[in-house]
Amino acid sequence: MDALLLSRMQFTATTLFHFLFVPLTLGLSIMVAVMETIYARTGKEIYLKMTRFWGKLFLINFAVGVVTGITLEFQFGTNWSGYSAYVGDIFGSLLAIEATAAFFLESTLIGVWVFGWKKLSAKAHAAVMWLVAGASNLSAIWILTANGWMQQPVGFTLRNGRAELTDFAAVVFNKFSILQILHVLPSAFVFTAFFVMGISAYHLLKKQHVEFATKSFNFALVFGLIASLAVAVEGDFHAKHVTESQPAKLAAMEALWDTTTRAPVHLIALPDQENEKNAIQIASIPGVLSFLGRGDINAEIKGLKDFPKDERPPVLMTFLSFRIMVGLGMYFILMMVLGLLLRKRLMDYPIYLKAMLYSIPLPAVAISFGWMLAEFGRQPWIVYGLMKTADAGSPLAPIQVALSLAAFIGMYGFLGAVGYYLIIKNARKGPQALAA
Amino acid sequence: MILESIWFFLWGLLWAVYFMTDGFDLGIGTLMPFVAKSEEDRRVMINAMGPLWDGNEVWLLTAGGVTFAAFPTVYAVMFSSLYSALMLILFALIMRGVAFEFRGKVESPGWRKVWDIFLFIGSAAPALLFGVAFANIFRGIPIDQNGINQGNLLTLLNPYGLLGGVLFMLLFLTHGCLWLSIKSEGDLQSRSAATAVKLWPVLLGAAVLFLVASAFATNLYANYLSYPVLFLVILLTVAGLLGVRFFLGRQAYFKAWFASALTIVGATFYGVIGLFPNMFPSSIDPAYSLTAHNAASSPLTLKIMLVVVIIFVPVVLAYQAWTYFTFKDKVTLDDLIY
Repeated sequence: MDALLLSRMQFTATTLFHFLFVPLTLGLSIMVAVMETIYARTGKEIYLKMTRFWGKLFLINFAVGVVTGITLEFQFGTNWSGYSAYVGDIFGSLLAIEATAAFFLESTLIGVWVFGWKKLSAKAHAAVMWLVAGASNLSAIWILTANGWMQQPVGFTLRNGRAELTDFAAVVFNKFSILQILHVLPSAFVFTAFFVMGISAYHLLKKQHVEFATKSFNFALVFGLIASLAVAVEGDFHAKHVTESQPAKLAAMEALWDTTTRAPVHLIALPDQENEKNAIQIASIPGVLSFLGRGDINAEIKGLKDFPKDERPPVLMTFLSFRIMVGLGMYFILMMVLGLLLRKRLMDYPIYLKAMLYSIPLPAVAISFGWMLAEFGRQPWIVYGLMKTADAGSPLAPIQVALSLAAFIGMYGFLGAVGYYLIIKNARKGPQALAA
Repeated sequence: MILESIWFFLWGLLWAVYFMTDGFDLGIGTLMPFVAKSEEDRRVMINAMGPLWDGNEVWLLTAGGVTFAAFPTVYAVMFSSLYSALMLILFALIMRGVAFEFRGKVESPGWRKVWDIFLFIGSAAPALLFGVAFANIFRGIPIDQNGINQGNLLTLLNPYGLLGGVLFMLLFLTHGCLWLSIKSEGDLQSRSAATAVKLWPVLLGAAVLFLVASAFATNLYANYLSYPVLFLVILLTVAGLLGVRFFLGRQAYFKAWFASALTIVGATFYGVIGLFPNMFPSSIDPAYSLTAHNAASSPLTLKIMLVVVIIFVPVVLAYQAWTYFTFKDKVTLDDLIY
């Protein structure tokens, strides 16, 4: 195991773990802000109960999200010094803006929200959560802009042995980044919706806190229905853009080996990277991939064999990640539509409620596979077409990274267990009776 | 080039503000096992930091982020060559961050004990390690022409490095005591103030020792000797330190804390000015040192980032000041949210 492979494992593990918590921060902050605003305007206690309850879960989640995020900022420098020195002129500024414009607001105001119940008016206190929500979503926008640049580098030139910025607007308005933002943010809201709906379903199944659970469920339903449809529709645009900007990734995610017009979608396939074909390939529908990828059944789609062997992503992983993500995405839409139809008689359908309860972790799974698609699908590039991952690492001794990786697994495993224990415990408890 | 020098100064400023703000959080977290005599005391100490620590910590993330944006080579070389030290700091900060949120979630002394340990380690370790890291930066790190550190974690634990760690620790402990004196009442307040009084001579001794040691272990004084007006920075720092003791004697805790803040900011600039234009000096060969000039981003990036910082930093300072003002009152039993 060399330091590079260990660094890759570490980055993957720490990023996926961080992103188990981020989506809930992005979505639940908005939901809690809405609930609190309604309370501030109507004075109805039920909305305060909802704010306090979902706010409590939000804070537990937020804490783990924050600390695991610090790791990532450090890690570009600690484990990827080659990358940082080469593209820092562009990438570094996006991260610095994320910190100055967003992290500060988010982290400062969350303290005000937690401690300021008695110090601020109800409306001001609600406004604080809106700012936290805005700031966290803004920080997501900046980091996605940064990742988008890794996927499709724009606005730069090669000079002085590194990539140097030439056009900031091009970087900020990079089409890849925008599409990524429009895909990832709604996916976070889907995660949040399932979280809220699932926990609400739990209480409905137990026939307790019915008003609270029904209102929460219906809130989240609106959120989730719009978001799950947005994710799917936008996902199509996103994949079309990937077809143009990252053809190797597209070929891998569809297990297409030979460049062809009327490119097919294989309903079932098992890629065999060694032998440059699909070991299993059943029900290939011609033309569908060309249509999906470029809007024209006869369009040419590049196959993996068009790329040198060492410039192809890990095909099985990319292919499976895509399928799992999309499959789950379809399931999410289905469950939201069902919820819409059943929303007035939820307690008459315990099977649906149970399904929603057990579905809580599924958006996390879909999102994780989505990121694996995005990142593994970009390999061997760390910046697509510009820099290889193999050239990006820090000059570290393998033992250093092995130790830090082990420490992360241990620490994160522990924190994840404790965090989820606390979330589950408090979710089960339900909203507390409020002190007079 | 002027843009690079401006950025060097801003970089130093961000570190100074970080130490001035999160410094008291790190101090209070370290003090807890020693100054708190009851669960109530502990909760007062935690709530004294509660609304502020996270916003304070972001100055560190911004200092790091700005290092990346304005001096990417420094970011790359510093973070990779100080890998072990940074990982230790990182894990400590992770431990501290979750301790605040998790501690109060289960009504059990055993549970709280775990998170109190996390909070202690998460406060004491960064306090020490930042000092060790910066002292070593002043002294020079054995990086070669490729920016690879020829030493390891143990190399950092040389006497001067350790002295830096001790100095930072004392600075933050004092700063923490003073903040706690402002925010607490009764017995806890008296104990905090008394602790600050006890720490002060040790801090003074460490500061003097560090000033003297720097003349032998580093090149920090070269800039001061070239431009003697810069000695004012050292004078101001010492004035701050004396002010701490003076105001403590009069039980003027706000003023004492401000004097402590001045000391910390002054101490940071003492180092930063002494370093200039070096940012990550090599102890192997000065030719291998990273400077504000050879490690900076392109002029375009520096200009854009300057605009960003000129817009946002005052805004951040404004709403952080508002936050401090909102929570200026003492922590009473009613306020024990965490």
